Parts: sequence; structure tokens; C-alpha cells
Amino acid sequence: MILAPADLPLWAAIGVAFFLLIGASLTLIGAIGFLKLPTFYERIHAPTLGTSWGVGGVMLASMIFFTVTESRLVVHEVLIGLFITVTTPVTFMLLARAALHRDRAENTGYAPEKKKASLPVQEDGETHPADN
Amino acid sequence: MSAIILFTAVSIAQLMLAAAMAVAFVRMFRGPRAQDRIIGLDALYVNAMLLLVTFGIGTGRVIYFEAALVIGMLGFVATVALAKFLMRGEVIE
Repeated sequence: MILAPADLPLWAAIGVAFFLLIGASLTLIGAIGFLKLPTFYERIHAPTLGTSWGVGGVMLASMIFFTVTESRLVVHEVLIGLFITVTTPVTFMLLARAALHRDRAENTGYAPEKKKASLPVQEDGETHPADN
Repeated sequence: MSAIILFTAVSIAQLMLAAAMAVAFVRMFRGPRAQDRIIGLDALYVNAMLLLVTFGIGTGRVIYFEAALVIGMLGFVATVALAKFLMRGEVIE
């Protein structure tokens, strides 16, 4: 039996509305932080709010809604949630490394310093070709 | 009663997601460097995907889910390719 969206029971409507509002408001907060934060390395943290609980909340709402309206278990939204959860860290790590590389190459002053601890050890080595 | 709750929640969620898309677009438009624009694009497509799923809840049709899935997969590939381009200067080595 397929229900019309208007015939949803009250508890399902409240659950869908709750998760939908949590997801959308966290996405909006993440986007505002993305606009407000001063440097790139702080800014890269903000949109992950939208890709973790933003996606999670909206997908949970969609799962509850379609499970109740179609009277069977509908969990294919898990696909999107899993995919976004797996791919976002990969993307942002790649972007952060690219930004670090660019900032170091152009010496903009935003990038943290490289550790210099290993350099004196190399210079003191006896077999270093520059010493001979 | 439940129809009113659902309609209100979906409308507010759509407004919030549209505002988040606008904010991400602003950052993409005026981001000081290329990496800011790429993250703006990434946030933009994630928000567009969530908006599509919200449309699906509002209309009760499953077809929006498939569009959201396609957007999620293609957006990931696009962002990785752009990050790779920033890192190396070329996409395919």
C-alpha cells in the first residue's frame, strides 16, 4: 500500500521534520562558517559539518519518510550517506595538501613551517658529498 | 496535521539549503585563491544534492534520489581532479 504524503502518521511526520531541520540547519551553519573564517586552513573544516550530520540528517529523514509511505524498508539513501562520508576526507586531504604545497612554493606565510630537525643530522654526516 | 508539519519542515529546510548554496556560491565567486573556489564548488554540489533529496521528500517521488546519487559521484570525481590539478599542474600523469 502506498500512502499519499498527506496521510503520514503524526510520529513519522515529526521524525521526518526533526531530522530534516537538523540536517538543513547544520548545513547552513557550516556554510556560514565557511564564509566567515579567516584563513584557508580554518575554512576547510567548516563544510564538513554539512557533509557529516547535514547529509546524515537529511538521509535519515528521507529513509523514515519513504519507509513509512511505501510500507516497506527503504534504505537506499544509505548509499549516498556512505559515499559522501567516505569521499569527503579523501577530497579535503588532497585539497589541503595541494594548498600546503602552493603556499610553501609561493612563500605566502600562511603555511606552517617544515620541521628542520632532520637537516643538521644530514649536514653532520661524514659521508655527505658536500663535505668532501 | 502531519501534512502541515511536513510541508513547513520541508519548506524551511529548502530555504536553509538554498541559503547555504548561496553562501557557498559567494565564497566560490570571491574566494581569494583557487583552493577556496574548489571547496566552494564542493560545498555547492553537496548542498544541491541535499536540496534534491529534500525535493524528493516534499513531492514523495523516488526519482530525485537517483539524481542526487549521480551528483554525489560526479562531484567527487570533479573535486579530486581539480585538487590533483592544483597539486601537479596536470590531471592525468
